[in-house]
Parts: sequence; C-alpha cells; structure tokens
Amino acid sequence: MTTSRGRRPQRGVRDAAWTTALAVPAVVLVAALVLPLAGLLLTASPSELAGGLRHPLVGPALRLSLLTTVIAVAFIIVAGTPLAWFLARWRTRAGRVLEVLVQIPVVVPPAVAGVALLLAFGRQGLFGPALARVGVGLPFSTPAVVLAEIFVAAPFFLQGAVDAFRRVNEDLLVVAHSLGAGRTRVFFTVAVPLALPGLVGGAAMAWARALGEFGATLMFAGNLTGRTQTLPLAIYTALESDLSAARAIALILMAVAFALLLAIRAGARR
Amino acid sequence: MSGGGGAGGDALAVAVAGDVGGGLAIDVAFRAGGGAPVAIVGPNGAGKTSVLRMVLGALRPARGSVVLGDTTLFDRARGIDLPIELRALGYVPQHYALFPHLDAIGNVMYGLAALAASERRARARAVMQELGIDGLAARRPRELSGGEAQRVALARALARGPRALLLDEPLAALDVGVRRAVRQSLARDLARLALPTVLVTHDIADAAALASTIVVVEAGKVVQHGTPAELAAAPATAFVDELMATATVSLPSRNHT
Repeated sequence: MTTSRGRRPQRGVRDAAWTTALAVPAVVLVAALVLPLAGLLLTASPSELAGGLRHPLVGPALRLSLLTTVIAVAFIIVAGTPLAWFLARWRTRAGRVLEVLVQIPVVVPPAVAGVALLLAFGRQGLFGPALARVGVGLPFSTPAVVLAEIFVAAPFFLQGAVDAFRRVNEDLLVVAHSLGAGRTRVFFTVAVPLALPGLVGGAAMAWARALGEFGATLMFAGNLTGRTQTLPLAIYTALESDLSAARAIALILMAVAFALLLAIRAGARR
Repeated sequence: MSGGGGAGGDALAVAVAGDVGGGLAIDVAFRAGGGAPVAIVGPNGAGKTSVLRMVLGALRPARGSVVLGDTTLFDRARGIDLPIELRALGYVPQHYALFPHLDAIGNVMYGLAALAASERRARARAVMQELGIDGLAARRPRELSGGEAQRVALARALARGPRALLLDEPLAALDVGVRRAVRQSLARDLARLALPTVLVTHDIADAAALASTIVVVEAGKVVQHGTPAELAAAPATAFVDELMATATVSLPSRNHT
C-alpha cells in the first residue's frame, strides 16, 4: 500500500500510452468509415443535385430498383419466414447442413455469384435449356435482377429470422399448445410476434443488401436501361459521363440505406 | 398404489418411462385423483420436469401410458398419442411463461379461441375474478410481481376448464416474503377446484402444503411415495430422510397458520 502511491504516476503514464495505442487505430477506422460518406455529402451542391436527379438514367433506375427489391424482399419474407422457423426448430444433422447451405451466399463474392447464376440459369447453363423449352429466358431480363437480389440478400434475412426464432422461449410454445392452439396458430400468434423485431431487422438488412446488389446483377442480368439497370448500375454508367448524376444517384441510395439502418436499429431495440 | 382416492370425477393415471438425454432414464408411475394432488419431489436433475412434460405431451415416453378418467392420452402399446392441444390439461410451467406480448387478460383469453369473441373476454374476466386478480387485466407480464404472474398463469390454465392441472415449480420463482401467502391461496384454489393435479417441486414445504401424496423421484425412479407423515416415519433413502428432516422445521409452522 505504501509503494502504490509512488507507483501511481507511472501507471497513469502507462494508462495514457495504452489508451493512445488503442485510440489511434480506432480513429483511423472511424475516419475510413465516415470520410467517404462525408465526401459524398459535402461535395454535392443542391442545384447540382437537382440537375443530377433529372438525368435520364435516374428515373428508370429508381423505379426498377424499387420494383425489383420490393419483389425480392417480399418473396424472401414469405418463403424465408417458414424456412427460418423450420431451421430454428429442426435440431437434426439435416437441419444444420441446410442452415450452412443457405448461408453460403454471404461469403460468395458478387462476381462469383454472377458466374454461378449464369452457369445455372444462363442459356448454356445447367437449367438454361430446360427453361428455354418452357419459354423462359432469364439472363438480361428483369426477373434475372430479382433472382440475383434474392441470391445475395436472402441469407441476411434468414440469419436474423433463425436467431430470432431460436430466442423464443420453448415454454411459451408448449403452453400455447396446451391451451388448445395448433401449430399454425402457435406460429402466427406466439412465434412470429415474439420474433418480430428480429424479422424486421433481418428484412431491413436483406433489403439494404438487395438495393446495393451490383456485381451479380451486372454479370447475370446485364446493364440495360429500364430493364436491368438498377441504381448501383446507373451510378456505374453515369460515372463514365456525368459525375453529378452519379453523385445524385449515390445520395438517393445512401438516403434509402440510412433509413433502413434506422429501421434495423428501431427493430432491434423493441 | 395409495395415491388415488379422489372425491369422485376423473383420476389421472400415469406410468411413463424413457430416456430423456443426459444419461437420465425416467421410469415413474403414480395416480392423481380429483382433490388429492400429487407432488413430485426430488433433487435437481432427477427428471421431475421431464415426467410432467411426458404427461403433458411435450415429451414422448418410450413406454407406458397416461390415462385421464376414461380418456387415454397416451398408450405406447396401443399407438395412442394425443397431441398436446387435445389433452385438455391445464399447464403452468416453471417461471409461468406468460406471453410477453399480451396483457394479462389477453393471456387468459388465449385458450378461449373456441368461444365467440364477446364471450371470451367475459369468461376470462370471470376466471380472473375468481382468483382475485381482475384488477390486473390490463397489465403486461413484465409489470406483474411473481405472485401476480403465478395467479395469471393459473387463470390462463383454468380458463378453458381443463380436466387436470400440471404445475411445474409453482412457487419457486417467488421470494420468501410472499411465498407463504401465495402457497396458501394456491392450496385453497386446488382444494376448491378438486381437479386431478400433479405438481413438481424441490421444496418439501410446498409439497406438504399443496399435495396429499408425495412421490419422491431420484435419478428418474420413484424411491418412495406416501403422505408426508408416512415419508417422515420411514424414509426409504438418505435423500428422503434429509428432506423430511428439513420439513419437520416447516411442517408444524404451517399447521398453526
């Protein structure tokens, strides 16, 4: 105890060094995350922004992005919610294998996803000839955009939904059954309401991911204005000729993404 | 078996066996008559809750049968396994498991889906009134005390008019201060309802106050059953001996309250 008083300044110095050692990389990381967005916001003048929004690429791309992502996310929710419920409930080897399987797209690079989608559904692909026989040609069509978005976005919803369903207390489900409720009623009146924050968060994540989808869409669906050119592809195209249009589109995307982030956080807090 | 002898009505006859994981093999038989509640008592990990879940239908026994009055709920040999929702058993799990997204009356109404919407609320209110908790109707589960939550969970289980009651550690979540009062009102309710009742507890004082027969389970097997007095007079194992030794402190104090 008597020596601790003498050591205290030394420890203070060491604490300061330790704090600095931690703080400097942290500040660099925050800068790396925030500065690009600041650049996007600060270099835009309102008049330039208004002009950019009137660029002929913007309208069709915005419409197409909203249309395809709404369809993709709606499908992901409708098909993914029951799937997530089964994945959360099946404690078998098959269930675990399936869970890993549907998570794979998360780690697949977008370019690889594009090639994979082409090899599966392209005209020369695994299922292409069969699809062509029934009159369906997916590549370079709007449905191809939706398919690419589902491929990259669904795992984000599924992960959130499976986690949320796993957190639902088993006793609540058993009690609900004991009160005369069948599986369907228990699912809709107990499991889904209790998992709702996780489902909303997962859906918002999936939507953000679908909205940003670029690489797989470019390779599998192409870059055709009004048919497959979503907002990220429009930025890419506009950048070649008109920086202000690219910036305007980028700001639209960022505003939507930011709104979704707020929705995720609101969902998580409930 | 000495545990029967109810005041008429249904009796719940249970004989269940099977592995429940963790190296625990259940093999338990008992009979709960109306108005003669059975308490399953035993150390932690003895399989008490597993037995209750087998009766309920949440866990499937490998062998045995569960018969309620003239209805066979489960019979392995005859291939009968009624789903939980058709067994008409009132179940109050440990920690009560109230639906957190519904208010108290919403919880009580959950089991009344078969009634018309207008009757549902009236029936729920009547059951809550009987248990003295009609004032809690609009409260959320997180706003209820332990004792209140227990009453709401009991009201929820009773609202459908179950043919038997299963209570898992009905008093364990309560602190000592309210435990005695809640225990007494639960004992009065059980006597009034006169339903075949099985309750699981690790506390011999709860068992003695609420049940007329105590079934002591150790490592999945029944080691002794009888009235508290019978158990105290001739404990079959060291655990029962120790259990009844602690009970002698609390049993007389129960009698003069």
